[in-house]
Amino acid sequence: MRQLFLALTSATMLAGAASAATVYPLDRATVLVGSPFDFKVEFSKVVKPEDVKVTVNGEAYETVFGKAANFVAEEKGKEDKVLGSALILRDLTIAKAGTYKVDVSAGDEKKTVSWDVYGTAAAPKAKNIIFLLGDGLSVAHRTAARIMSKGMTEGKANGRLAMDDVPPVAFIGTSSTHAIATDSANTMSAYMTGHKSRVNALGVYADRTPASLDDPKVETIAEALRRTTKKSIGIVSTAEVEDATPAALVSHTRSRNDKAEIVGMLYGVKPDVLLGGGSAYFLAKDVPGSKRKDDKDYIALFKEAGYGLAINKTELAAASGSNQDKLLGLFHTGNMDVTLDREFLKKGTVDKFPDQPGLVDMTKAALDKLSKNPDGFFLMVEGASIDKMSHPLDWDRAVVDTIEFDKAIGVARAFAEKNPDTLIVVTGDHTHGVSIIGTVDDEKPGTEMREKVGTYDAAGFPNYEDKNGDGYPDKIDVSRRLFIAANNGPDHYETFRPKLDGPFVPAIKNEKGEYIANEAYKDVPGAVFVQGNIPKDGDSGVHAVDDVVLQAAGPGAEGFRGYMEQSDVYRVLADAFALGAAKK
Amino acid sequence: MDHTVRGGLKRRQVLGAMAALPCLASPLSARAEERLGFGELYKSFGVLGLSFSDKVNRLKGQDVSITGFMAPPLKAEAAFFVLSEIPMSLCPFCSSDADWPDNILVVYLARKQTFVQFNAPILVEGVLDLGSWSDPETGFVSQIRLRNASFKTV
Repeated sequence: MRQLFLALTSATMLAGAASAATVYPLDRATVLVGSPFDFKVEFSKVVKPEDVKVTVNGEAYETVFGKAANFVAEEKGKEDKVLGSALILRDLTIAKAGTYKVDVSAGDEKKTVSWDVYGTAAAPKAKNIIFLLGDGLSVAHRTAARIMSKGMTEGKANGRLAMDDVPPVAFIGTSSTHAIATDSANTMSAYMTGHKSRVNALGVYADRTPASLDDPKVETIAEALRRTTKKSIGIVSTAEVEDATPAALVSHTRSRNDKAEIVGMLYGVKPDVLLGGGSAYFLAKDVPGSKRKDDKDYIALFKEAGYGLAINKTELAAASGSNQDKLLGLFHTGNMDVTLDREFLKKGTVDKFPDQPGLVDMTKAALDKLSKNPDGFFLMVEGASIDKMSHPLDWDRAVVDTIEFDKAIGVARAFAEKNPDTLIVVTGDHTHGVSIIGTVDDEKPGTEMREKVGTYDAAGFPNYEDKNGDGYPDKIDVSRRLFIAANNGPDHYETFRPKLDGPFVPAIKNEKGEYIANEAYKDVPGAVFVQGNIPKDGDSGVHAVDDVVLQAAGPGAEGFRGYMEQSDVYRVLADAFALGAAKK
Repeated sequence: MDHTVRGGLKRRQVLGAMAALPCLASPLSARAEERLGFGELYKSFGVLGLSFSDKVNRLKGQDVSITGFMAPPLKAEAAFFVLSEIPMSLCPFCSSDADWPDNILVVYLARKQTFVQFNAPILVEGVLDLGSWSDPETGFVSQIRLRNASFKTV
């Protein structure tokens, strides 16, 4: 709520500061030919409708866009503050590829933007795409996963991760439309729509009005697939399925927190396979545990729409064998427990939800269902808790979830080996400020844990073991372990140890609204206080602005190259499926 | 801690408890309020919903007391606050006010009281209320709450 409030305040202030009109889509937008989108002009003051002139490539815009926009005399902000006039034209499509220069003027307010409306190859290169998204996946996560899972001898890895053999092909710039920094909503939205947006926004450009559901929309990949193909769509996540990343395939909202509405948007598009957590937003409000504010029972609605339902690992396995082609799998009321808790420590909420599947089970089940469609599929698999455990600086949990994410990549690669018409993309949506800087060695003398940190030559190698060969370290609390550190965060205590009793909660909010170090860790032997370096209203470590690595293999992978904006990735996906040419 | 709590009987609570339990002509009705623990709220957790425990169902409409931690209020002026089992970092990895854990209790105060230190346990007394309720001011939906409540640090 705090972030949303701030975002709305600054959106309101923007109108006052701007001297020129704002046009959505923004300048340099890239638009898939034939894809519906909303056109909006925001004037910074109230203008007369007869003064408004809009041309596209020199022609009257109505001629090019095919219809006239609605004129809004006065848009209102918070407390009915008048923000200025606006033009809104919803659901327009541009059928011909090319550069579209849009000139807008009203009195002395002028703005020119240029859009690149792009076509695609006439014939698809790939039949299937598996898009594997490690939320927050940074280089440190993968290095740590490799060392923890495979070990290292004399400086050489003792084995390779599944992701290690998917060629890295591009660096992705993740910045948002209003800041260099970013979140999982606008980043995944850029991947899944081809348009960058603002922090917290999904499938829309963030306009200035406070309402979150009226912002100018752009088409999502799931909508494009429904419009142009008969392909199946799968969404798999260890987060709530209505969380930002999975939501980005179907949603249009300024606020990722509109989770109840996002469930409605999922129902609107009806992905053929939808697996993850977040059932609380599917339950009618009178059911204890529901987080809805209405009486809609989306479990019943999905069932009526022909979906099989699985609510635990056992039912998921049974559903995989059934011939029902649509599957809704919800395994937790909220985010699913992370791998370390679910499979090993049995902490978190595993006592309440003891039979949750993991990302590998879900990926296999999804591929099993989706691959039955002779027209192919698009599957998005999210390793959500890499990010969800990096925020609270719980690096052990984040790394073990990276190992699990890697195993899901292994499942995807095995599928692609048998089905070479499959494009695999492996990437993160944004990074975290995290690095491995050495080891912590309990055997070093003394009681000061800080002195047990080994750097440079003194780091040596950690002593994780994987005797049972499951790819996970047999235990996380070995005597010489990775020392992973954040470059930012709230005040907290560094314990130099894995959090065996449950996910780390580094900071707690006080009565002034400031996050202060959680005293629960103060008395852990050797714990040291770490002064925060972000504002005190920040509850956890934040996303980094660093590029993410994109890896790809299979038909169409050659489209990824060099530095790319996150929004450019969509164009390669659209090209691989020939979405600009395809007709149902 | 427990003994201190049970020591202080208030007239209102005794009357309330007696009124709510008219048919239980047993020594039970003489007790001011029943103590409730966070671990006792639900008998089952599931994807398709949670089930209140028999104890919670039995105590509906009665005065109860429960110890927990006050989460920072949703709004400074809100008439209610959220009581949690452990000090809360208010959803450390998201920005949504809706993402509360399951093991919380919404507390509506009888009269305004000042927000207390986050890490100090408090004892809350109030009338246990069940069923879906949307707070008219904030839209915050709760299924279990204390009404007409008061609290003190313990």
